[in-house]
Amino acid sequence: MIGQSPLRTVIAHAVLILGILIVAFPIYYTFVASTQTLQTILRPPLPLLPGDQFWNNYTEALFGGVGRIGGVSVGRLLLNTTVMALGIAVGKIFISILSAYAIVFFRFPLRMVFFWLIFITLMLPVEVRILPTYKVMVDLGMIDTYAGLIIPLIASATATLLFRQFFMTIPGELVEAARVDGAGPWRFFFDILLPLSRTNIAALFVILFIYGWTQYLWPLLVTNSSNMNTIVIALRKMVSFADADTQWNLVMVTAMLAIVPPILVVVLMQRWFVRGLVDSEK
Amino acid sequence: MATVDLKDVKKVYPSGFEAVKGVSIAVPDKELCVLVGPSGCGKSTLLRMIAGLETISSGTVAIDGKIVNSVGPTERDIAMVFQNYALYPHMKVYDNMAYGLRNRGTPKDEIDSRVRATAKILELSALLDRRPRELSGGQRQRVAMGRAIVRNPRVFLFDEPLSNLDAKLRGQMRVEIKNLQRSLGVTSVYVTHDQLEAMTLADILVVMNAGLVEQMGAPLDVYERPASTFVASFIGAPPMNLLALTEGASGAVLADGTAIAFAPREARAATLGFRPEDADVTFNAEAPSGALVLPALVEAVEPVGAESFLHCAAGGNRIVVRVAGRATATVGNQLRVVAKAEKLHWFDQAGKRVG
Repeated sequence: MIGQSPLRTVIAHAVLILGILIVAFPIYYTFVASTQTLQTILRPPLPLLPGDQFWNNYTEALFGGVGRIGGVSVGRLLLNTTVMALGIAVGKIFISILSAYAIVFFRFPLRMVFFWLIFITLMLPVEVRILPTYKVMVDLGMIDTYAGLIIPLIASATATLLFRQFFMTIPGELVEAARVDGAGPWRFFFDILLPLSRTNIAALFVILFIYGWTQYLWPLLVTNSSNMNTIVIALRKMVSFADADTQWNLVMVTAMLAIVPPILVVVLMQRWFVRGLVDSEK
Repeated sequence: MATVDLKDVKKVYPSGFEAVKGVSIAVPDKELCVLVGPSGCGKSTLLRMIAGLETISSGTVAIDGKIVNSVGPTERDIAMVFQNYALYPHMKVYDNMAYGLRNRGTPKDEIDSRVRATAKILELSALLDRRPRELSGGQRQRVAMGRAIVRNPRVFLFDEPLSNLDAKLRGQMRVEIKNLQRSLGVTSVYVTHDQLEAMTLADILVVMNAGLVEQMGAPLDVYERPASTFVASFIGAPPMNLLALTEGASGAVLADGTAIAFAPREARAATLGFRPEDADVTFNAEAPSGALVLPALVEAVEPVGAESFLHCAAGGNRIVVRVAGRATATVGNQLRVVAKAEKLHWFDQAGKRVG
């Protein structure tokens, strides 16, 4: 802004602070609730400052096991969800970078047919193909397994298209220089393409990890055992319609724990891919 | 050590477009062959076929007498310098140069000594830890050269390597490439559209047009005896003056009606040419015999310093005459352009040289 007057600065800051409060207050309030006893929570108003039950509530949830979700600890839920989210993110990136590599750099019969087949799957989200997919999972005995949680969600047309767009910006001369330098397809992929894709991979990882972390419908279907539940499912199961049945303090703890890993991923990876962006500037 | 032989090489694209229509070139060992021509003449396609980056539709490419049509670029043992350098952006200069050697399984200490030796030749020693984006255009060019040299290949291929540099640097690198090529003694094929580069670098100059070789030979031979009007107008700056002729009662007639009695019969209805430096200007009225004399009107004067170029209207055409030093003529002067008969080039109706 040009010619900043003090008044403008004050207004600008006021608006920003208001925005932060609107976004952050519910999260803060959840945190406050997660440090109270169930009795305090059930008897409004809820205090604005954290209570003294932080240690008790968190250890009970993480290691003790929560009754309504079959006595499984939140630690176990976190593990399940992390495995699933990582599996989906890594698997999607792995598959889509390979398919994009094939489509962009190789000439083979029916290349465009395959490309369009991948493209068409964009129109078939998980929800549309959920029944046949479920049937296949049952037949393969993948109910209540990590594989069952991960594999059906792994194919990604979006990521394939993204990598394809990026690969198409790589100059042909670079590919030819590598060929003259004696780099076969695998060497070219690992030595040149992969390092150049770092930023894309980092950005996709963030998006896909959160996509995996927040999956609801599919994990709900494919897991029967409480031991295999993800944190999002468990959170839903912990809440009963009768207020008295719900251990609100533990629900709040679980909610707090559920948002920590995605935040970590965003914060850590963001720094990493901003550096990547600066690095790859040509 | 290595020769490159092309025999009737053709390239036809799936679309039916014929980029190279049958080219035969023999490059002797240690010589530098320059392919020159306007864009789209097939020179780069030809180079890429020698490199193995483009399939050969028909004909053969042989390196060292061995036909390599079905051999991949890696096994051909060639090194290529690209127009846009094509350096690996994420690798340091050192790794850029070492990459080809590593892929060939060269021992680590040998890679190191070869990279450092090459860097020394190219004055890159201080830059080995930099990445390509931290280098200037000229330095990148050197790294691209280094990447080719360090491999010690049988053949160097250059694809317009200097076209992204500014004029001064281009002149400098031209000399450097020539010296390097000579001292390393590696057979080379060099593609350019710049006739000056072509003239100064080549041991063998190949002028290409529309997928065919127009003329091949030592640069000065090509300059002095262009085989066609295309070569005449492509090689030399400013290009050769070409005047259209029509057949008259006793010889050829220029567009403005000047008759030339001594024109050879085949060229009478075609083209006459002379180089800007092969003509003189005079204000005298008397004409020397056995010479072409054209009344001319000076339209522009370009003083370059050591020489000046007079752009004149003469014989119904625009012509350029080079005079040494400062030009005495000024715009609007009427004068005569005189070119000796033995300095004239005659071309027939197909544009081919006569005599």
